[in-house]
Amino acid sequence: MSFATTESIEEIKARNKELIQEVLTVYPDKTAKRRAKHLNVHEAGKADCGVKSNLKSIPGVMTIRGCAYAGSKGVVWGPIKDMIHISHGPVGCGQYSWGSRRNYYAGTTGIDTFVTLQFTSDFQEKDIVFGGDKKLVKLIDELQELFPLNNGITIQSECPIGLIGDDIEAVSKAKSKEYGGKTIVPVRCEGFRGVSQSLGHHIANDAVRDWVFDRLTPEKSSRFEPTPYDVAIIGDYNIGGDAWSSRILLEEMGLRVIAQWSGDGSLAELEATPKAKLNILHCYRSMNYISRHMEEKFGIPWCEYNFFGPTKIAESLRRIAGYFDDRIKEGAERVIAKYQPLVDAVVAKYRPRLEGKTVMLFVGGLRPRHVIGAYEDLGMEVVGTGYEFGHNDDYQRTAQHYVKDGTLIYDDVNGYEFERFVEKMQPDLVGSGIKEKYVFQKMGVPFRQMHSWDYSGPYHGYDGFPIFARDMDMAINSPVWRKTKAPWKAAAEPRLMAAE
Amino acid sequence: MTQNAEHVLDHVELFRGPEYQQMLANKKKMFENAQDPAEVERIREWSKTPEYREKNFAREALTINPAKACQPLGAVFASVGFEGTLPFVHGSQGCVAYYRSHLSRHFKEPSSCVSSSMTEDAAVFGGLNNMTDGLANSYNMYKPKMIAVSTTCMAEVIGDDLNAFIKTSKEKGSVPQHFDVPFAHTPAFVGSHITGYDNALKGILEHFWDGKAGTAPKLERAPNEKINFIGGFDGYTVGNTREIKRIFDLMDVQYTILADNSDVFDTPTDGEFRMYDGGTTLEDAANAVHAKATISAQQWCTEKTLAFIAGHGQEVLAFNHPVGVSATDELLMALSRISGKEIPEALARERGRLVDAMADSSAHIHGKKFAIYGDPDLCYGLTAFLLELGAEPVHVLSTNGNKAWHDKMQALFASSPFGQNCHAYPGRDLWHMRSLLFTEPVDFLIGNTHGKYLERDTGTPLIRIGFPIFDRHHHHRSPVWGYQGGMNVLVKILDKIFDEIDRKTSVAGTDYSFDIIR
Repeated sequence: MSFATTESIEEIKARNKELIQEVLTVYPDKTAKRRAKHLNVHEAGKADCGVKSNLKSIPGVMTIRGCAYAGSKGVVWGPIKDMIHISHGPVGCGQYSWGSRRNYYAGTTGIDTFVTLQFTSDFQEKDIVFGGDKKLVKLIDELQELFPLNNGITIQSECPIGLIGDDIEAVSKAKSKEYGGKTIVPVRCEGFRGVSQSLGHHIANDAVRDWVFDRLTPEKSSRFEPTPYDVAIIGDYNIGGDAWSSRILLEEMGLRVIAQWSGDGSLAELEATPKAKLNILHCYRSMNYISRHMEEKFGIPWCEYNFFGPTKIAESLRRIAGYFDDRIKEGAERVIAKYQPLVDAVVAKYRPRLEGKTVMLFVGGLRPRHVIGAYEDLGMEVVGTGYEFGHNDDYQRTAQHYVKDGTLIYDDVNGYEFERFVEKMQPDLVGSGIKEKYVFQKMGVPFRQMHSWDYSGPYHGYDGFPIFARDMDMAINSPVWRKTKAPWKAAAEPRLMAAE
Repeated sequence: MTQNAEHVLDHVELFRGPEYQQMLANKKKMFENAQDPAEVERIREWSKTPEYREKNFAREALTINPAKACQPLGAVFASVGFEGTLPFVHGSQGCVAYYRSHLSRHFKEPSSCVSSSMTEDAAVFGGLNNMTDGLANSYNMYKPKMIAVSTTCMAEVIGDDLNAFIKTSKEKGSVPQHFDVPFAHTPAFVGSHITGYDNALKGILEHFWDGKAGTAPKLERAPNEKINFIGGFDGYTVGNTREIKRIFDLMDVQYTILADNSDVFDTPTDGEFRMYDGGTTLEDAANAVHAKATISAQQWCTEKTLAFIAGHGQEVLAFNHPVGVSATDELLMALSRISGKEIPEALARERGRLVDAMADSSAHIHGKKFAIYGDPDLCYGLTAFLLELGAEPVHVLSTNGNKAWHDKMQALFASSPFGQNCHAYPGRDLWHMRSLLFTEPVDFLIGNTHGKYLERDTGTPLIRIGFPIFDRHHHHRSPVWGYQGGMNVLVKILDKIFDEIDRKTSVAGTDYSFDIIR
């Protein structure tokens, strides 16, 4: 059991502060000074978590972050299923991100939907030297010939595109004209732009604004009759089916979901979204930009929600219903009541097995805060959390609505710091990504990937909560963790080889 | 509502139920502007035709589902094969996140690597400061014995000079003057991950043998009895390297495995995270110059490295992912010839057991048609083994194979009566393979995890051999090289063949061909 449950809050804070000082000693002075600003112990009542964020990662520290391409192709655009997303540049980026995010969708892959294909211009040296625009022109023709049912194309720029001076915008415009106004979207998400995935999200959002919304025609935007109950799900990537287990609840309460951004989404859904009465925003970090734009341009209000765990789900359903009439408000109550027996059964089964267990998180997007409620519904406690690419507004939301006094906060944590923190705090569970998973499991610490749901899911909605509970239980209470020590060897504390 | 706490349904079952199916159908009908189902069906059928194949093979600019990755992945893979070595990739940081994820998803192991995290300002001014700060931070935090530098395409496009940058960084005190920082330029727009492996390994050997970038005297070769062995970029490195060591030990040959990453990709879960484990010692890497000969298990992973080693006076010898009887025979006989040691009876017995197994099962493989794709050496090795088994490797495709590979493959086909109707496809991708499988069907497909899309589309059963394997666990722990490795490959192929017969004959209301003895 971690010290978090056995010591007073003041003791915890002192220990955590000491821990921060301890990890900083490894760095050269300049680096220590910079990293110190990203680490803190949360003080209850503060407006934010007291850390700097969205700053450049420091060279050589083993940051966990990715790049703008990952934010655009990997997160925002990639799941739009009826468009073809070209990884424009050398082969690697598209290869490493091929099918790894589990953005589920329905469709005939390779014929009318394309998410799990890897389309690339596979740049060679001559493309770098002479430019890739001509290749791109030809590539689009080949796409049109071999995939005639694609509804649109995006060009996801990899690093070289912005460095060699290619004009992908001109190519996009020309080819769009040639193909009768076809939606072709150039995205300037070169990996060296910005400090993390985050700028890629922003660039991708802006590309929707400039190349989809600004080119709407009456025909594209009026495919159905609006109703007063039309909403769009924004910022749900349908990982393991999350958007589906969310959509079903919204429909059950009487709303009509006209678009999913972007998991299992289609170009038509993006185009229809300006007709929504309310945009509901799950991943604030990656899609607040387009939500704000739609508010300004089309007058569509937006509200954040959280579909992890029954407490936050009920709170969110009521908040969303608050934008509508009594019919929807009653619908929300009906949905909450319908699922209460399921929630009670899940809590009865799993809470006794998980009560008092501590968790440390390090994830991207919304999850470093959003999943805290789900853990608390199971009697668990989050003792440390941080964002891979959060901004200050994420830390404000975290401080004001989620974390407890004394929680250790680590922004853009690196391999060394994270290992040290976990080693010292000895949580019962770590939730982070694939790069972290095996490090902690080697140390004997139960782990769940909280980007991909460790190949499980969905975790959103009432149907997702039992899966979440089951998975956390199987991680923490797996008998394998009692086998990590050979019986003939004395028990030793986990240690970090690299630091010695 | 189908979900319940007692029997929790996850994505595998949850969405197949009527509530969700109805919801998805409504979504499609109302909001997706979906294509007419008849049109989808028409195009789906058209995509199977020779006409489509012709258009597909006429592609010049577009690559779809390639079976290759980029250079730095190979550089990282080679670098972690040296004792206490931290790979440091100079350029954008997202690339490193990708390599680490990719390797971890295959091996189910940690993968440690750092980036110099270059951003827009470095694109303008160059990445010298990133290198200087990065080396200092890595050195202090992770206490490596060596930092092996490679590059992303960003650093290559702007033309950063690694040699000069590392020298300057040392002058500025990032790492001690005599700390080993070998380097290799690994542009992603040239070659593939196997090229990166080659460049990185050559860079490391060059560093130790040729005077550490002008900071030490060059080594004078004093030939000894040792043999160097290089595995190449190999998803089975854990099992294969250990098998090779066992064979060397059985033959009583002194050896050095260069870039031995078999331990770092197979560390125990015992409470300790080993960021570095095993690997070729730096001393051994330097002393490898004195070896009698160097054997590479993969020709196309080591072209530059072997030329470099040959230039230092050693005999060099390359194999092509040696799978099966003859390939192993040749490897052992080469070892015997070079070392002067006899091949022990124990290995002859192993050989006999593999031949025995092949004879036992031959009837089930003989004449079966296969398609294979993967790295050029793996394709060659598997093809040779299938020909030994009397199978027909009809389509052999390698995205990163070149003209020389094509010619060598065709010569291999020509050497066997079972290779007469077989073709090698260099530079093609898995969408080409899709057309091949539709227009000239085969019985089985051999390839990596991405082959499951081909299996779904074309109905060709997939035997997973290659890299990456993400959706099956632990196969990398078993060798595919040597007689025992051949046995593993044989069993894997046979299992799929028998499973396929069972699948086809497991028909309700019938009881024929669903045999319990085969």
